[in-house]
Amino acid sequence: MSILSNIIDAAKEVVEVARTTAQGMSVTLSHIPTRKETVSYPEEAVTIYRRFRGEHFLDVNEDGKEKCVSCFLCAAACPADAIYIEGAEDQRPYEERIGQDHRYAKVYQIDYGRCILCGFCVDACPTDAINHGHNFEWAVFTPGEMVKDKDFLLANKWREPDVTPNENQLHLAARQKMDKLNIILK
Amino acid sequence: MQPKEIVVPTSSISMLRRPDPLADTQMTVSLGPQHPSTHGVLRLELVLDGETVVNAIPDIGYLHTGIEKTMEKEKWQQVVTITCRMDYLNSMGNDLGYCLAVEKLMGVEVPKRAQDLRVLLTELNRLSSHLVWFGTHAMDLGAMTAFFYAFTERERILDIFECVSGARLHQSYFIIGGVRWDIPENFPALVRDLLDRFRNFLDECRRLVTGNRIFQRRTKGVGVISKKDAIDWGLSGPTIRGSGVNWDVRKAEPYSGYDTYDFRVPVYHDGDVWSRYLVRMDEMEESVKICYEALDRLKGSGSVMADHPKLNLPERDLMKQHIDVMIHHFLLASEGFTVPIGEVYQSIESARGELGYYVVSDGAERPYRVRVRAPSYVNLSALPAMVEGQLLADVVAVIGSIDIVLGDVDR
Ligand code: SF4
Ligand code: SF4
Repeated sequence: MSILSNIIDAAKEVVEVARTTAQGMSVTLSHIPTRKETVSYPEEAVTIYRRFRGEHFLDVNEDGKEKCVSCFLCAAACPADAIYIEGAEDQRPYEERIGQDHRYAKVYQIDYGRCILCGFCVDACPTDAINHGHNFEWAVFTPGEMVKDKDFLLANKWREPDVTPNENQLHLAARQKMDKLNIILK
Repeated sequence: MQPKEIVVPTSSISMLRRPDPLADTQMTVSLGPQHPSTHGVLRLELVLDGETVVNAIPDIGYLHTGIEKTMEKEKWQQVVTITCRMDYLNSMGNDLGYCLAVEKLMGVEVPKRAQDLRVLLTELNRLSSHLVWFGTHAMDLGAMTAFFYAFTERERILDIFECVSGARLHQSYFIIGGVRWDIPENFPALVRDLLDRFRNFLDECRRLVTGNRIFQRRTKGVGVISKKDAIDWGLSGPTIRGSGVNWDVRKAEPYSGYDTYDFRVPVYHDGDVWSRYLVRMDEMEESVKICYEALDRLKGSGSVMADHPKLNLPERDLMKQHIDVMIHHFLLASEGFTVPIGEVYQSIESARGELGYYVVSDGAERPYRVRVRAPSYVNLSALPAMVEGQLLADVVAVIGSIDIVLGDVDR
């Protein structure tokens, strides 16, 4: 008799397994007609929130002058020691010099091998010179390429989807031409 | 002079029990560090007798980051950028624990709104962490679909984090004294949308995995740890609540106003993988409840930073107009602030268990020492007790059920 009851138990178990598996499958099948969750990114635009902390850009004012006054505050606030600056003085009048102030950053580098995108530099900057952009495409072939220089960071501004240069800034934007990011800001 | 004889305590020898050379049925196998089911870089040295596990020795250190040491080098306010990198699945909770500890040391009162926001985000983070656990745990046991659904849902939570803090995983959003910014306009709608879907999602999970007979047979009665052993090993979180111990820091030592929320702590008594599974599934439901409540409290407006001149950077407009405010801004951003001399312990309930911070200040602008009591580390230490005598295939189920994060184990 015990063999028989064993067989009955096993059969019950098989039925139970089949029933619960079918129940699971019904969930899977019910998902098939729903909307796709993935985005084929480089072809389609991705949606990114405004606060997203991506690769930085260095800002210029409405006359196309660099806002950075080389105060080193961003470098001091950085927990990862990612920012390297060399300051210099430029005594020429406003129209001729590149910065909005006499003092400007001769060298401004961010090492994206170190940067952790915490945004503390942005909070610290007294002139709103450094900002977070929305770029997240960073792949490079050598570690050295991860160190971005001032020209690159200035150019990053024109990649932002909602930035359009005014006439004073047009030459800057043209000189530093880079493709717009394929993103939608939300 | 004769060198002193080194006495090795017998207890540490028994921990390192290697196969008995005379019993040639035993062999040692390495599980990990590159095994996909070890959730990171855990190496287990398994002594097997056939398919049966005789002993398991967790070999940790593959992910050692030196974060605790690095904290001593950072200023008080900069440390939040690395706390979230320890337990990267529960980053909000990690930041919260540190911030609470330092606030306790400084005697800072965090405004109500910031507390509610903190609760909401840590609970969302608990959901996202449990989703990763659910997906990978089910996948380890052969259910691939659950993984995709869980990660789809987690994606939405990470979107919310991106919306409010600007980063998806390492938010550094909580700072000492409050949170960095108030919520953006579209935030409440996003959260409500997620929470409304989430109940439905949990229902699907139940039909997909919980009800599955194969899954139940892989988990029931596997990796049992008794109530007494669980307490003796110092386990915490869902791992100990699966053994019938009602211990939750949110209830036992409430912080951030958790005592004012209405939620239940799910406890199951069998101490096996299945119980731990059920605890986490129920916990997700409770978290959704807390989130709804916290979201309701966030209506209206208010300050999100403590009113303390040394903690918040001055208002930007003021700073640009007045030189004295500018100097204050410079000092605060470059030098930081000091914390009174003292030491403090503050624990929170992270997604994995009791996460404690022991912070020592010597009155400087950097911590003297930050010691972290990581739940994963303690929970992992009980793994040998859970898998002894089990089958090799069950080891994977047990590792999944204690839900360790290796970044949390090795700091
Ligand atoms: S985002 Fe953070 S880590 Fe990166 S440069 Fe700025 S302060 Fe440094
Ligand atoms: S970016 Fe801002 S904080 Fe950094 S050196 Fe320039 S002005 Fe100062």
